[in-house]
Amino acid sequence: MNHPATLRAIRDAVRSRARSVGDVCREALERLDAVEPALHAFNTVTRDQALARAERLDRDLGQWRDRPLVGVPIALKDNLCTQGIRTTASSRILETFVPPYDATAVARLEAAGAVVIGKTNCDEFAMGSSNENSAFGAVANPWALDRTPGGSSGGSAAAVASGIVPLALGSDTGGSIRQPAAMCGVVGVKPTYGRVSRYGLIAFGSSLDQIGPLTRTVHDAALALGVIAGPDPADATSAPEPVADYEAALTGEIGDVRVGVPARLIEGGVHPEVARAFQTSLDVLRSRGAALVDIELPHAKYATAVYYLVATAEASSNLARYDGVRYGFRARVEGQAKGEDALRPMYARTREHGFGPEVKRRIMLGTYVLSAGYYDAYYLKAQQVRTLILRDYDHAFERVDVVAMPTSPTPAFKLGDRVADPLQMYLADVFTVSANLAGLPAVSVPCGFTAGRLPIGLQLTGRRFDESTVLRVADAYERHTSWWKEAPALS
Amino acid sequence: MFSRAEVEAIASLANLELDANEIAMFARQLGEILAYADEVQQVDTRSVPPTASVLAPFPSDRPDEVRPSLARDVALANAPDPAAGAGLFRVPRVIG
Repeated sequence: MNHPATLRAIRDAVRSRARSVGDVCREALERLDAVEPALHAFNTVTRDQALARAERLDRDLGQWRDRPLVGVPIALKDNLCTQGIRTTASSRILETFVPPYDATAVARLEAAGAVVIGKTNCDEFAMGSSNENSAFGAVANPWALDRTPGGSSGGSAAAVASGIVPLALGSDTGGSIRQPAAMCGVVGVKPTYGRVSRYGLIAFGSSLDQIGPLTRTVHDAALALGVIAGPDPADATSAPEPVADYEAALTGEIGDVRVGVPARLIEGGVHPEVARAFQTSLDVLRSRGAALVDIELPHAKYATAVYYLVATAEASSNLARYDGVRYGFRARVEGQAKGEDALRPMYARTREHGFGPEVKRRIMLGTYVLSAGYYDAYYLKAQQVRTLILRDYDHAFERVDVVAMPTSPTPAFKLGDRVADPLQMYLADVFTVSANLAGLPAVSVPCGFTAGRLPIGLQLTGRRFDESTVLRVADAYERHTSWWKEAPALS
Repeated sequence: MFSRAEVEAIASLANLELDANEIAMFARQLGEILAYADEVQQVDTRSVPPTASVLAPFPSDRPDEVRPSLARDVALANAPDPAAGAGLFRVPRVIG
């Protein structure tokens, strides 16, 4: 297949009236129809709403044409609330939930002229690294249909990689944007904690969650981030820092940039083809003038353990709201004798039938680490080690401007390979979780392929609220490589 | 490895009604995951404060003003058993 159009190319074609919004959206829906049976990337397709909105945009193009995303078809991870459009988080417990409001990030994309064509499949409540935890079935990797697209934003990554849309939103609690971006050969950005409003994002780990874009190019990601970033009165954790002009930051020049490489953290446990692609990508950065600096992140090796204590604790608290009372699924409990409490059995059965195994596992783990007698040993201890991980990065950023690592230690793995072994699945998040624990911005950019044509991702992490530098380095890398031009052979 | 009773106690705290297979599976898996997570115990954290939020403190106070919120019928629209006329969520009997 030909290299699919970028977000900017589509937008510019609409602006110049070379193409109508209706044509662009019909083409996206045709592509979706052609590849969706093989991918299963969408939970809901909003065909009629999208075409009706496209018609309105075409009719009123004069007032829309200067908006930054005019006419661009987009997909949204199904844990982002969309007013009047079913939002399931890929869970049975929310299978029929229709939100009465839009997430702020969604509202900002629509105000910028984007057209939502559907809600993408993901791991249930964004808990997973393979998309196999969806209650509605797994997503296939467009590059190899017998492999996972990564997760939890697997449907969003597959939708962009397969050329359905040039932009999808994902959410990233421990790598859920970057890891599927790497495994599907697209760009994924996890912004600084607080950079993008979480209002309307179905909560998983509230101190870790961020919404971000998946795109084909770094420039498209920079453009989309500029639209969704910025403070929001509806989210008290959205930060007041001014939003930089991320597109203007993409100068192509990285002669002033010092790239930190935590060699000791990376050595061992990385697939040899990933290690080779990573080393080659460092050579590219050096050839463009960047200085490579060996750094130590002594506590980063504990990040996975810390993450699965902190994230599950927050999840167990956040998911307490699903009790069959105000929204979502409710199980029926019959035969309670008079005088017996019928409410608690309803809660417990609703949650038993409404949640899948991974969600229950994390609720159980989180409940345990927060329970009396274990709180200090696990939850408090994890938060203390989190402080040390954060300090490691702060020290590193005194000497370097970005930190480079592989995004994932392996390329996409086979569907079913890790389902029976949750710990093995968790351990593969080793390079992505620390950016969430420390609240740092990080991007994954395509940096090569295995011999078997599986994509590999390079991760660049930066200082808090310095998305500009991270994106500048990723863009400079992309300009001097052609990985991003590759597209899967999917017919 | 957790005992069956320990798993049931956690499930009760979490309002989950697990079946026998899940109890056996979680007894094994929670033990394995916590055995791994126990590596945090190796870290010397004396006098290290915990990090609950990475945000630098910023003033997030706002005026205490009445603002528009969801209409009652909209708030009830997703409820499994709404008592729409009364404007309430109906739940199973709590006391006899």
